[in-house]
Amino acid sequence: MRSAAWTIRPAAPYLEGMSTGSDILIVGGGLTGPVLALAARQAGLRPVLIDAQPPAVQEAPGFDGRAYALAAASVRMLRRLGIWQALEGGAQPMVEIKVSDGRAGEGAAPLYLLFDSSEVEDLAGPSGWMVEDRHLRPALSAALEAAGIPRHAPQTVTAQEVRAGRASVTLASGTSLDGALIVGCDGRRSGTATRAGITRGGWDYEQTAIVCAVRHERPHEGVAHQFFMPGGPLAILPLQGNRSSIVWSEHRPRAEALLAMDDATFLDALRPAFGSFLGEISLEGDRFGYPLGLSLADSFAAPRVALVGDAAHGLHPIAGQGLNAGLRDVAALAAVLEEARRRGEDIGALPVLERYARWRRSDTAMLAGTTDLTNRLFSNDNALLRGLRDLGLGAVSSLPPLRRALIREAAGISGDLPPLMR
Amino acid sequence: MSRTTIDPDEVAKFEAMAEEWWDPEGKFKPLHMLNPCRLDYITAQIAAQYGRDLGSEAPFEGLRLLDIGCGGGLLAEPMARLGATVVGADAAERNIPVARTHAEWSGLEIDYRHTTAEAMAAAGERFDVVLNMEVVEHVADPLDYLTACHDLLKPGGLHICSTLNRNPKSFMMGIVGAEWVMRWLPKGTHDWKKFITPDELYDLLRRAGMTPVDRTGMVFNPLGWSWSLSKRDLSVNYVTASVRPEEPA
Repeated sequence: MRSAAWTIRPAAPYLEGMSTGSDILIVGGGLTGPVLALAARQAGLRPVLIDAQPPAVQEAPGFDGRAYALAAASVRMLRRLGIWQALEGGAQPMVEIKVSDGRAGEGAAPLYLLFDSSEVEDLAGPSGWMVEDRHLRPALSAALEAAGIPRHAPQTVTAQEVRAGRASVTLASGTSLDGALIVGCDGRRSGTATRAGITRGGWDYEQTAIVCAVRHERPHEGVAHQFFMPGGPLAILPLQGNRSSIVWSEHRPRAEALLAMDDATFLDALRPAFGSFLGEISLEGDRFGYPLGLSLADSFAAPRVALVGDAAHGLHPIAGQGLNAGLRDVAALAAVLEEARRRGEDIGALPVLERYARWRRSDTAMLAGTTDLTNRLFSNDNALLRGLRDLGLGAVSSLPPLRRALIREAAGISGDLPPLMR
Repeated sequence: MSRTTIDPDEVAKFEAMAEEWWDPEGKFKPLHMLNPCRLDYITAQIAAQYGRDLGSEAPFEGLRLLDIGCGGGLLAEPMARLGATVVGADAAERNIPVARTHAEWSGLEIDYRHTTAEAMAAAGERFDVVLNMEVVEHVADPLDYLTACHDLLKPGGLHICSTLNRNPKSFMMGIVGAEWVMRWLPKGTHDWKKFITPDELYDLLRRAGMTPVDRTGMVFNPLGWSWSLSKRDLSVNYVTASVRPEEPA
């Protein structure tokens, strides 16, 4: 398959006037795209970013309900890239993660698993932070601006071409850009992957994640909760002030009904699952629905094309690992490209990109498998499985080394870490 | 870079050969596998000799570099990309238009010539760096050849020379393994009797007028299926760095 993909018809010789002065064409301006652009620039490369959305110029005045869990390793990377400094003030550290089995209508079960980040010495801080979307996007935008990274936004790609020496994309405006490499950061329906002939596989979980935020009476003390409910996991993640972000996965028909409810009815439906440990709750901002599915690209690299984030692997958001896995892709790709550049290698050549693909492939397969299995094991009300789950939670609880390993996993500091995350 | 022929059949043939040279899974797969390891050594030695920062935009700017036995340009292109002014020489005439074709695709300017080290030395050509990778084990008289390499260097210039060690292990790995079992190389590519031990090479380099400064092994790791540099294991493939003294000895 590899040699077939390599047989590119050499087109016209490289023409000097066609160079844009860029070497990496990054397609997709969401979250991983801008971070990759900044990492590539720091690695001495010349990225250009193509974003379908207009740039987020200034901070939205109100909180819209969207927030992200950033693992400690992701925060290390954002700090190295000079982005974290602008986010730190508005971010909420997660000092503990409490995992418990929940039963419909009964709130969380009394048996739970507690991950306290102070148990892991080399972590030296919380295992993660919660960052609001309205802070993250403008911070990325400002960092791109400060780094002088050229942006085409709002702009979509209509075609891409790979020739023997160069890759190019054509924009809806008719402009053509060329470089050594195209990186698809364009999500689980990645046009970059499709245009490169990379197929994908996966399945629909028939669950939808409802994302919103609540204000509550009592302080959360920096504790994140994950309740495994029969319809899917419910995550309660601490935000600054007496607020928490909610990621509530439910069987799709039920989720759609929940999304359609008015605020008061929705809160009535949420309360039994949420429980009363934080006192009275009210909604902050909007509700967002994300259909859940597993979508894995069959290959993370092709000649002069690499896939990053959801374009490579759309996961179940069970442990909040989607964005963190994407940022780990960014850090690994930046490291591989920097090494290749220092050697004088062609950064778009398949042997170079396959180093990235090999590095990320096994890690991703593991994560996809674990999140998938966890979801299947927990998203049901089977009495036998419930017994097993309680047994498992109890076992992990009483084994400190295993608990520490899971905390390291949640903090993203396990495995073969790219330099930006060390 | 002027093409001497415009015959479209010829051009198509060179393009096909250039694709073959640069296909990482093709005929030259062993060279592609070895290349990152060779490049790590070469770039580090040049950077050390000339005080260059590999993190900078064009670290080898201003350095004139000769790649002897350039083939399809697997080393010449990275060197040009790092900013060096590169001359690629190959005794096999057919390689020259092939390497030129690929350099054009890559948008790199490289002066490829069908010539030999001896002829260039006689013509008075001088370089800051001479790359002499996996060639010395193929020449008739290594001392004459290395003397030509010496003459091609400016005083203070750097010569990087790799070859295969001569011992039972290199016979097993370099001939039996690479040529007979894996078929990485055509049978008869190497004559084991012409392999050179590191001590012999150091001696030859000194007799050719150069001062050896480093020798390092290149080791194939069958588990990771990749090559790495080793200070200890020079038992099969190895690479040396030597310098032409400022004042002729």
